[in-house]
Amino acid sequence: MVCVKHVPDIQSERSLGPDGRLVRDGGDGTINELDENAVEAAVVLAEQARAAGDDAEVVVVTVGPDDAEDAVRRGLQLGADAAVHVLDDAVAGSDVFGTAAVLAAVLRRLGEQAPVDLVVTGMAGLDGLTSLLPAALAATLDLPQLTLAAEVTLADGAVTVRRDLDHAVEELTAPLPALVSVTDRANEPRYPNFQGIMAARKKPVETLTLADLGVDPATVGAAGARTEVLEAAPRPPRTDRVLVTDDGQAGARLAAWLLERDLVRTTPATGEVL
Amino acid sequence: MATVLVLLDHAETGALRGSVLELATAARDLADGGEVHGLWVGDEPVDPALPVLGRHGVAVVHQVSTGAVDPRLTPVLGEVLADAVRETGATVLLALSTFENKEAAARLAVATGAGVVTDAAAVERDAEGRVVASKTVLAGTWTTRCAVRTDLAVVLLKAGAVVSRHVDEEAPLAPEVRTRALAVSERATRAALVRRTPAAPSDRPDLSSADVVVVGGRGTEGDFAPIEALADEVGGAVGATRVATDEGWIGHETQIGQTGVTVSPRLYIGAGVSGAVHHRGGMQASGTIVAVNPDPEAPIFEIADYGIVGDLFTVLPQVTEELRRLRQG
Ligand SMILES: Cc1cc2nc3c(=O)[nH]c(=O)nc-3n(C[C@H](O)[C@H](O)[C@H](O)COP(=O)(O)OP(=O)(O)OC[C@H]3O[C@@H](n4cnc5c(N)ncnc54)[C@H](O)[C@@H]3O)c2cc1C
Ligand SMILES: Nc1ncnc2c1ncn2[C@@H]1O[C@H](COP(=O)(O)O)[C@@H](O)[C@H]1O
Repeated sequence: MVCVKHVPDIQSERSLGPDGRLVRDGGDGTINELDENAVEAAVVLAEQARAAGDDAEVVVVTVGPDDAEDAVRRGLQLGADAAVHVLDDAVAGSDVFGTAAVLAAVLRRLGEQAPVDLVVTGMAGLDGLTSLLPAALAATLDLPQLTLAAEVTLADGAVTVRRDLDHAVEELTAPLPALVSVTDRANEPRYPNFQGIMAARKKPVETLTLADLGVDPATVGAAGARTEVLEAAPRPPRTDRVLVTDDGQAGARLAAWLLERDLVRTTPATGEVL
Repeated sequence: MATVLVLLDHAETGALRGSVLELATAARDLADGGEVHGLWVGDEPVDPALPVLGRHGVAVVHQVSTGAVDPRLTPVLGEVLADAVRETGATVLLALSTFENKEAAARLAVATGAGVVTDAAAVERDAEGRVVASKTVLAGTWTTRCAVRTDLAVVLLKAGAVVSRHVDEEAPLAPEVRTRALAVSERATRAALVRRTPAAPSDRPDLSSADVVVVGGRGTEGDFAPIEALADEVGGAVGATRVATDEGWIGHETQIGQTGVTVSPRLYIGAGVSGAVHHRGGMQASGTIVAVNPDPEAPIFEIADYGIVGDLFTVLPQVTEELRRLRQG
């Protein structure tokens, strides 16, 4: 099961509405780019499993409005076999914990058909960049969590990842079933070819409501959200901007400008004092 | 009145991370006459962590050990946080906004029903006493204020968000230290640590909390010497674009951007950086942005306060040289 999010294209002009929520009707929404890495990781693992003679299927799942179907369609083009779209007005405004509860319900439902060995997510949604969902979902499902994987391998019923943190590199391993989140370094997502695009049209997308999943609408959506946006405003544009072409002295003038504005210490640094 | 708990992030050596003092400062304002408690997970704090924490208003430090279990596993940290919240009765938890702390906070929130705000640039109480955090979103182009609705508020603050202040008292007390051993559950260690290799220590300041960050991209063609020389002259950190880290010119931990480190220093200097949206997402909230690039159409100039259309190999050494000259004179 791969979780993919539908987000406004980061190359477009993005904005927040009066309710502090992302304006999602610009029509230029897309799959969260980082979730393409998640799909790719799952598809490669499934291909390897099939090559070894096992059965494997990749199901992409999204929770979101009408447009979010595009995100799972893209997942199908990238090689997933089937898709689930949770579409319900009551989901709008859900926070990460509401979304995790819904995704957990999808997993349980999929699990009734066939055991789900691995949940794969992206490292962050390029909308809020909170990166909370993977750990929240793992905790909700009580699955071992192996997050921020730059490398994923499956062998003998266990999953192993390498994760590169700011202060260390870690290698983690856990028995299946487990949850993995992958970074943009994990792989290079394939570019869907014509056959891939045509084949995706024939693949099933199941649309589910909260009622189908047995999730109480009161626990999700804006009403169930644990935080509330009070205000949202575009950052004021930068003023007094300077753009010069180097005439051989631009570096020296920049040095003076930096000192004038106190942007660098007037005396060389002497080290940190607590 | 409230008890505010601060997670005391520290290095492998047991040295406190400097930005934690910013959290302690913010915690005092939120405690509203209540106490600020610190949570130290792992081996003993090394000098001068405790007196420094005392000077920043931390009344009690809870030193929690998890025995043979590595507390840096984030599910383990999540349980330690839940236990410390129960133990102290804290209604606010502050921690640095790192990937590890986000994971631990997410798990704490699932266990306790807490509301979480990540990447906060400021935090305060509103007139009704609610915890309200501000943050920039959408690659630094918008700012929002959000209120936490739950009884326990978890706010993850970016390094450098708050200016740290000492308490006013002449001779503040060193914090009381309470030690505790916690047996974590089996579920927290289901993903086991096979190996952990700490990054090589650097003499430069930490990228996420540095006042000044000098960044090199593809335009350096692999030669980071001018970037490093300028960074060292101003006591800044060195950052890079993903192209530069992917090429192996510099360590992956220096990557700034949406999938790397988010920085908002007082001064960002980018040289040989085009300013792709993925990179801007991690630096657009910086105070002053300076860019050096021979291509006048480079998108970084759209957000630069001071742009120089020029070659980094002539401009940067001149800046370094001139700063040295002006500061000696
Ligand atoms: C999912 C995803 C996530 C990503 N995440 C990140 C991220 O977190 N951080 C990140 O940085 N990138 C990220 N990227 C990559 C990003 O899209 C850009 O490719 C990258 O930021 C470009 O790096 P650059 O500016 O060094 O290179 P380029 O875009 O190639 O720009 C190099 C610049 O150097 C200039 N130049 C050349 N010679 C000189 C000279 N002598 N002096 C001065 N300037 C010179 C050129 O004019 C040019 O503008 C991500 C991409 C994807 C798809
Ligand atoms: N609404 C959603 N539907 C499906 N997957 C999601 C959703 N929100 C978040 N995710 C997954 O969780 C990851 C992290 O998202 P976030 O916590 O929002 O930064 C994403 O890369 C997705 O894989």
